[in-house]
Amino acid sequence: MKNGRAKINASGIYYRELNRMIREAIAAGEQEIELIGVNGQRYIADGIKQKVMIIIDGVPGNDLSAFMDGPTVIVNANAQDGVGNTMNDGKVIIHGDAGDVIGYGMRGGKVFIKGNVGYRVGIHMKSYKDQVPVIIVGGKAVDFFGEYMAGGILILLGLTCPNNQSIVGNYLGTGMHGGQIFVRGKVEKHQLGAEVGIQEIGPQDHKLIEPLLREYCEDFNLDYNESMSRPFIKLVPVSHRPYGRLYAY
Amino acid sequence: MWLKNNPRPDYNYQKDISGCGLAGIIHRQRKLIPGSEIVKSINLMNDRGNGLGSGFAAYGIYPEYKDYYAFHIMYGERADIEGVERFIRENYEVAKIERIPHYHVSSIVFHPRLRRYFVRPKKDRPDREVAELSDDDFVVRTVMKINVEENGAYVFSSGKNMGAFKGVGFPKDIAEFYGINEYEAYIWTGHNRFPTNTPGWWGGAHPFTLLDWSIVHNGEISSYGINKRYLEMFGYRCTLMTDTEVMAYLFDLLIRKHHLSIETACMALAAPFWKDIERLPEEEKMALKSLRMVYGSALVNGPFAILFAHSKGLVGLNDRIKLRPLVAAEKGPLLYMASEESAIREICSNPERVWSPRAGYPVIAWLEEEGTGITAELASISEGASLRL
Repeated sequence: MKNGRAKINASGIYYRELNRMIREAIAAGEQEIELIGVNGQRYIADGIKQKVMIIIDGVPGNDLSAFMDGPTVIVNANAQDGVGNTMNDGKVIIHGDAGDVIGYGMRGGKVFIKGNVGYRVGIHMKSYKDQVPVIIVGGKAVDFFGEYMAGGILILLGLTCPNNQSIVGNYLGTGMHGGQIFVRGKVEKHQLGAEVGIQEIGPQDHKLIEPLLREYCEDFNLDYNESMSRPFIKLVPVSHRPYGRLYAY
Repeated sequence: MWLKNNPRPDYNYQKDISGCGLAGIIHRQRKLIPGSEIVKSINLMNDRGNGLGSGFAAYGIYPEYKDYYAFHIMYGERADIEGVERFIRENYEVAKIERIPHYHVSSIVFHPRLRRYFVRPKKDRPDREVAELSDDDFVVRTVMKINVEENGAYVFSSGKNMGAFKGVGFPKDIAEFYGINEYEAYIWTGHNRFPTNTPGWWGGAHPFTLLDWSIVHNGEISSYGINKRYLEMFGYRCTLMTDTEVMAYLFDLLIRKHHLSIETACMALAAPFWKDIERLPEEEKMALKSLRMVYGSALVNGPFAILFAHSKGLVGLNDRIKLRPLVAAEKGPLLYMASEESAIREICSNPERVWSPRAGYPVIAWLEEEGTGITAELASISEGASLRL
């Protein structure tokens, strides 16, 4: 349909102006907003509640989809740091790599990344009742994956990595006290934070991750069977209050 | 009087969100890159700074004086110039003295007097009576002497065929002020400052330099006190009231004086954790333990991303747990590094490879050099892939 779609050329436009244009387009009833020529503009889709679709051509700046509460954002490039910061609802689909602190304090919605991610992904994400944030990473992650995680689901696939290569760095789940991390591959004990334990996954876990991975594979046009072709391990916190005794004199 | 030595302002200390921006480019075959490129790149990250400091370092800009040290000196008052120039004339063969070209920019209401000197230590300089210092060492002494003893005068650049240009302002203002677009260099670094713990003044803007070394830094060095005291034992004096200064001097000490390789020097500054050293084979374990013990006071603690340029190349390095952003990209003989990928794409829309360097592992790019053993192959980019020395 013709109406309901808007195209904005973001080339050389300052982030404030760009975000104002996006909000105006939404207020005018546009359902799908395509941004072309994006490079480094911060705060795109931040705090937006309407269930619109925003398609981004180019590398968006930091804090993409922060406080976002409904839209679907598709990035046809890499994304920078702070994607999904304190995001509440909606979905971010990144067809490239993403930077550090993805999903910081995220409390709902989904962030799907096709490529690799940086440090501290899923830091302090949390859940409440049926608000369960999900981050799925297709490539590799580095250190502090799931740091201080309090809730939600993190899935790391390492699809592009050879079988014998580690797909995650050190300090995995450091300070974790809630939620679940699934890693498709092996994790050595020295990579783990002190607050997590490794479990094998059971039928319940399969039931949980299967629909999520089907959705992920569909979004990126990937083979679901391939994503399940290696065994997963599950990381869970050993205590929901890892530091409860630390300050109890 | 405002550029007086060692001012200790009683300012109200307030912590703000830190977010300096860095950008760097190297053409490994020494093709000259116009200054407009680095300005465009750093300017895209304008919001990472707050107008209280910006600067650039450029390599290959003074080919006609490439055998002379290029001193860039800032002076507070006209009266501050005389003593410094007397010292320079007494000790150095002077090829040229000139005002550093600069232009009127409406947002920069006042600035120091800026002069540059192309000089070479005299063979028969007075200190020869008591010292057998190399030229480089004598230049380091001179920089320290002027910065500590000469009222209102600071040497902010002292390398050969390179120069630092810096001041208080946003990157585009400082670039316009110095006419950065008029320079061409085969290595550029740029900085956009957001001072958090120390005042934003002309001497405190980045890059920090000594001889050919120059550093731009995002972060804060919690070990500043330890590093500063350690450096003082070797005659370095910190006068610029910004933590980054110690890194420039540490690299000079470790690489030029102690002959460590760049990889090893980076490993001393961003040392592997003890728990990771424990897992290594015996020989490497011993080597790294020794390095950490000998250079314990050179360990740089706290969050940092730096770009470190020198006469032979460009290095990017993060703290060990990546508390500040750094992205690298490659296209043919060009290597780009910046705080944000978009800053690279602004000047290189189709890089062949874009990646985030691993925390604590340097990205090292060498210039190709004819006849000096650095071949095209060695002039490639290396990234410390293991903990090996």
